[in-house]
Amino acid sequence: MSENTVLRVENVTMQFGGVVAVNNLTLEIPEGKIIALIGPNGAGKTTAFNCITGVYQPTNGKVSFMDKPIVCAHPTGKMKKQYKGENAELYLHERTLNPTPDAITGLGIARTFQNIRLWKSMTVFDNVLIAKHMRAKQNVFSATFRGNASEEKRMREETLALLEEQGLDKFKDELATSLPYGLQRRLEIARALATDPKLLLLDEPAAGMNPQETQELGAFIRQIREKYDLTVFLIEHHMDLVMRISDYIYVIDFGSEIAQGIPEEIQSNQRVIDAYLGVAEDE
Amino acid sequence: MNTTLQPKKNKTGSYIAIVCLVVLYAILFVLDNFVTGSSMLMLMTVLRKGAIYSLLCVSMNLLNGFTGLFSLGQAGFMLIGAYAYSIFSIPRDQHDTVYQYFGGGAIKFSIAEEIGKLLGENAGNWLGAIVAIIIAGVVAAIFAALIGIPVLRLKSDYLAIATLGFAEIIRAVFQWNGLGVITNGSNLLRKYPTFADMKIGSLSFATVFPFLIVTVCIGIIVLLINSSYGRAFKAIRDDEVAAEAMGISLFRHKMLSFIISSFFAGVGGALLAMFQTTVAATAFTTAMTYEILLMVVIGGIGSVSGSCIAAFLYIACNEWWLRFLDKGGIGSVSIPFFRDGFRKVVFSIVIMVIVLFFSKGIMGDKELSFTGLVNKLKKRKAARIEAAQAQEEVDAK
Repeated sequence: MSENTVLRVENVTMQFGGVVAVNNLTLEIPEGKIIALIGPNGAGKTTAFNCITGVYQPTNGKVSFMDKPIVCAHPTGKMKKQYKGENAELYLHERTLNPTPDAITGLGIARTFQNIRLWKSMTVFDNVLIAKHMRAKQNVFSATFRGNASEEKRMREETLALLEEQGLDKFKDELATSLPYGLQRRLEIARALATDPKLLLLDEPAAGMNPQETQELGAFIRQIREKYDLTVFLIEHHMDLVMRISDYIYVIDFGSEIAQGIPEEIQSNQRVIDAYLGVAEDE
Repeated sequence: MNTTLQPKKNKTGSYIAIVCLVVLYAILFVLDNFVTGSSMLMLMTVLRKGAIYSLLCVSMNLLNGFTGLFSLGQAGFMLIGAYAYSIFSIPRDQHDTVYQYFGGGAIKFSIAEEIGKLLGENAGNWLGAIVAIIIAGVVAAIFAALIGIPVLRLKSDYLAIATLGFAEIIRAVFQWNGLGVITNGSNLLRKYPTFADMKIGSLSFATVFPFLIVTVCIGIIVLLINSSYGRAFKAIRDDEVAAEAMGISLFRHKMLSFIISSFFAGVGGALLAMFQTTVAATAFTTAMTYEILLMVVIGGIGSVSGSCIAAFLYIACNEWWLRFLDKGGIGSVSIPFFRDGFRKVVFSIVIMVIVLFFSKGIMGDKELSFTGLVNKLKKRKAARIEAAQAQEEVDAK
């Protein structure tokens, strides 16, 4: 991978009590690519996302964005004795970084959620408009006393433009929760785009969609990547979608990476097939 | 199409609202000066107290209804505001009588007097009161900022318990004799300018003044709620995790909401001090917070106009309309149950009925606005014209 690396995850381990949810995960996301993270249910994919976006502080490891460390941790307190992962010594002397999710979004990493988390009491328009709040050049006084009306106008215009692009403008005054499922997913992506991200993390964007919607979603993700110069990192269970759109795939099972490679390599990888069939057997 | 781009395209509603406000102030002015009589006394009390409680309700609604932080510290911040106002407003030569057990107190000046020296007595009274009220708000806001840092890390019930505890502690601290030179210990603070001192020449503005302050304050809160920050508060209320993921700093915005709410609670406390003419820390009990919370719930959590309506209704029932229940009977007919305290029984039943059958309060989360009303009427008219046209077309065929 010769391109610039947007996101670099190094040796990230997330341990809850005695359970190691993510074990020594290392991955690189090159600029402008679509990278997928797949794995059977409970493999730790969403936990990995949460470690990157600051929802959880990892037990050990480091995450860098644009070659700048954003999250860094090593086992402390009780975890010193309980820690079951590896490479704890690597980060012992590095400064611990534990930003809140909003700080990470501010750097340019936006995300969507596996179970849609739109603001339920608000309209489609407001849902996107609020995501613009972070980047608005205003303080509480100028906002309250309308000292900066042009800023508010700009936010509203940009929101409308964004909704038009996503084909959501005809629903703009409807409650977000009244949209059909597929459109709610799309709105969540539009809301993430409103924060001006460089890297978009999609947590199962096709969950609950029918084959037709899934097909459209694939084209849509490519389209927004071109348009907004994005790098996309996604978790997905629909294998046909993953194989079709991703440039590179990481496979994890029980928290650890079991394979990585381009789609063709993954399709024929015996460990990946075992991992998936193993889960099928349990069911 | 442009409704979302320019939300205030319709000016008619705003004009009607302004006219209504002017008429309201004219009526209040007339009531203040030219109407006398004992029956008016009750009405004036209800109007003044109702206005003050409207502000207190709206400030609590900002925190509990719009930001989703369940805080019960309102009485504490009101107390701070009331004390800050009266301490800085007691005239110099009254200090020895008010602080008789504490050697005349430590702060020996009054803002109203200092401004009065520069600009004349009337200006001194008005500006002095306004400056002292703002100081009251600022002091309450500073306290909020200090306790907000540890307390706002808590969620839901825990936050309620912590803020409730704060209010009780503040009440105890202000009664402590060790701080007597400032707070007058457990004795009353009095002799500071009240609503009755708000005059120009011989004209009284005793009811206009609190309405003026309350209108401005609620106006500011409404502007805040409709701004980008207000939307961010609502996002935090709806889904904290999503709000944080969209770059809204939870701590910063919760802090802001808490400080602003407390500022207006302090202002409300100062107005209450002016209304009551004396201040005692013992009066600012938890029951006061619950009373305000009750009004917020009756009015509708998340509705500013609902809070105002509920505040006036509650105060009117409590102070006036249900008073006859305490007086032994209606007119000359004596009814055995009607005795002291029966009012409270009936009142509780009324509240239970409201909570049971209007579980979202009077207004829910809707707002009463003239703009909305005018829009609705226009829409109805347009629909009627459209229907008429369609009918004509059908007829023509």
